[in-house]
Amino acid sequence: MNRKLRELIVKSILLFCASSSLIFLAGIVIVLFTQGLPILKYVGIGEFLFGTHWYPTHEHAEFGILPMIYGSLIITLGALIFAAPLGILSALYIAEVAPFWLKEIMKPIVELLACIPSVVYGLFGVLLIAPIVQKLFNLPIGLTAFSAAIILGIMVLPTVTSIVEDALSSIPKEYKEAAFAVGATRWETMTRITLPAAASGISTALILGIGRAIGETMAILMVAGGSARIVLSFLKPVRAMTSTIAAEMAETVMGSEHYYALFGIAIVLFIMTLCFNFIADRISCQFHKKFTATR
Amino acid sequence: MSMETRAMSQALNTSLNIKSHVNHRKLIQKIGISILFLSLIITIFFLFIIVIFIAVRGTGVLNIEFLTAMPRKAMTQGGILPAILGTFYLSLGAVIFALPLGILTAIYLNEYAGANQLVRIIKMGINNLAGVPSIVFGLFGLAIFVKFFGFGVSLLSGSLTLAIMILPVIISTTVEALKSIPDSFREAGYGIGATKWQIVRGIILPAALPGILTGTILGIGRAAGETAPILFTAVTFFSRKLPKSILSEVQALPYHIYALVTEGTHPKEQIPIAYGSALVLLLLVLGLDLIAIIIRTRARKKKLW
Amino acid sequence: MRKLFILGVILSVGLFAQKLTIQGSTTVLPIAQYAAEVYMDNNPEADITIRGGGSGTGIAALIDGATDIADASRPMKTKEMKKAREKGVNPVANIIARDGIAVIVHPDNSLNEISKEDLKKIYTGEIAKWNKIGRGSGTIVVISRDAASGTFETFNKLALDKAKVTDGALMLVSNLEVARIVAQTPGAIGYVGLGYLSDEVKALKADGIIPSEETVRNETYPLARPLFMYTNGSPGGLAKDFIDFIMSKQGQKIVQEAGFVPVK
Repeated sequence: MNRKLRELIVKSILLFCASSSLIFLAGIVIVLFTQGLPILKYVGIGEFLFGTHWYPTHEHAEFGILPMIYGSLIITLGALIFAAPLGILSALYIAEVAPFWLKEIMKPIVELLACIPSVVYGLFGVLLIAPIVQKLFNLPIGLTAFSAAIILGIMVLPTVTSIVEDALSSIPKEYKEAAFAVGATRWETMTRITLPAAASGISTALILGIGRAIGETMAILMVAGGSARIVLSFLKPVRAMTSTIAAEMAETVMGSEHYYALFGIAIVLFIMTLCFNFIADRISCQFHKKFTATR
Repeated sequence: MSMETRAMSQALNTSLNIKSHVNHRKLIQKIGISILFLSLIITIFFLFIIVIFIAVRGTGVLNIEFLTAMPRKAMTQGGILPAILGTFYLSLGAVIFALPLGILTAIYLNEYAGANQLVRIIKMGINNLAGVPSIVFGLFGLAIFVKFFGFGVSLLSGSLTLAIMILPVIISTTVEALKSIPDSFREAGYGIGATKWQIVRGIILPAALPGILTGTILGIGRAAGETAPILFTAVTFFSRKLPKSILSEVQALPYHIYALVTEGTHPKEQIPIAYGSALVLLLLVLGLDLIAIIIRTRARKKKLW
Repeated sequence: MRKLFILGVILSVGLFAQKLTIQGSTTVLPIAQYAAEVYMDNNPEADITIRGGGSGTGIAALIDGATDIADASRPMKTKEMKKAREKGVNPVANIIARDGIAVIVHPDNSLNEISKEDLKKIYTGEIAKWNKIGRGSGTIVVISRDAASGTFETFNKLALDKAKVTDGALMLVSNLEVARIVAQTPGAIGYVGLGYLSDEVKALKADGIIPSEETVRNETYPLARPLFMYTNGSPGGLAKDFIDFIMSKQGQKIVQEAGFVPVK
């Protein structure tokens, strides 16, 4: 009896610990909403989300965050255009072509590079990439969405590569063997069997990459330039949601409308990343179901 | 061969038109694989160029004094000791808070919980926590630890904020480590009449130790490199004294780099120090992660089961 | 009882180690930082912590009692004054230095001076090309400080009569960044505190007057401002001693070395 009671206590404590992640997540939601929603007392929700003017400290303050949403999205899109093909093709090489020893070296290297701190990427971007971009395109200024997209692309490259590699490796051998059996070359097997079969795993990787890119702060703050204007060009300075928070929160007085507006941006950012995570979760769930069923 | 694979191979059979152009197909394969190889080379190139760039620019200022001295003359001379120590304390603090919580969570998920709704929700919560942008953690820390609990801008607030951020890393690596332990271990424990907790403590945890260690080190590395979560919760631009208590503000390497590039009036003196600090941070983080990867690889190879 | 005694000891030690917290404007930061360094060399028992955060944050912290000295690059607003009075805080302004905001361009730019009128047109986006003011060609890259900073607020008031800055402007987080970007961008125009001037950028005359120590001190330069250290009531203790130090000959020399204009 005593033993059972003790087990029960242990189990309850463990359950409590396990719930802590949920508690933290709920805490984050509560904090964001209590600190962010008051901005709606000053501006309407439509004006906040779709307004194109951001003048937070002006006498006649305006709090339109559309330019920042646009900035985050265009940088992320650019990063993906850069990182997706490179990541997928590299992963294909590591998973399907590389000899065992090379694979054993490449996987940890890719993993290591995913750990480089973002401020180091920022330093690299602002002191090397931006000047190169400026000269290359003969631009008035090198701090552009393009420079930020390259830096961000390099940042998410390891993430994309390693998740795609995992997805490719989890395709059952029978698939490939079946293809070889009918005389397909390795290339044909790769492109027509393995790649399509791993499609959902690859989309998971890309969506997680998007999630990582859209939440990135320091490197973007240093490289993207920071003008809150919507210009349909990669070669202009833009401002992301994350960098607006990082740049302005430190100098903002608590409880001012500017403060609430910055938390409001965080709500939008949080909901966006939550959606991406949720979609990635769904897809990867299906992916795993599919292959555990055929095994 | 299952039905599905057979159907696939049939489809392939017709589409390939086996008899035709074997050479042509070989050529395509050659080109294709070259492209893949090229992509890998480009990927590696981009990733290495950063490390090399920082290493080349940073090595010049790196010496013992740089690592062990205090900053002088408004951070244009001297060393970066307070920043190194601050980063050390912050990551250590984060791990102290996150490790017990993470391990216990993983034990619950892998050893105790069944496949019910609650567990699914918890797992989803952990996944989503892992995806929260680092700046949002910073805002959370600012509102809760700095203001609500009144810890102020301090080592404590920063460590707690970082702890929540690295919690998912520790949980998922620990779960992975627990999963890799075969059921025969657990059955052996039951065989001698041990309770579940006794089995976990006596058999499972020791066996999973290398995996847990890997997760811990990865967590430290992640905490050491982050700037956004500590931006409003822990860091100060300048403090001549080393932090004295958990309620003092600290300097931290990532923020120090950022500050050297963006603040102050002596860019010519500051930028080299920024490169030096970046190199130190890079070596620290990559070194930690390398250790973690080596431990994991060894543990996998040594496995007797 | 014993615990209480230990607590008492810890508290009294805490009191003896003299602590001073300074928070606020990033413009004043280099002065505070450098001065604190020298001050602590002279007085090893003093423990001074310096935080940036901007003028608004510093003043808010002073009102909340979270800092002893609030650095500010602008005078307190009436709203802030009112809030302080409500909380029983009596902010006293100590002008410790003066700063001119210099309008800067790339050294290759042939422009040497700018009228306040043109400056306003450029920053509000009315003029977007250099040839519109008769100098060179190409797009004007307008560079500003972020809207939360005191430098932005001062510039906005003194140069733009509070007009809204064009949304095409790059909003950078610090003076140093503005100076660096202007130095590497031929088409750029920006503004920084006097302390950030170097031979890598060219400072323009504003309304015919060159920004210099002299023109700022005799208040002929139009884009100049005083820098403040606010205290609660007349400064006392370590805060008084520190401000006295900054106002001393040695302190004002530090002000000058940090690139600002001494008040004495």
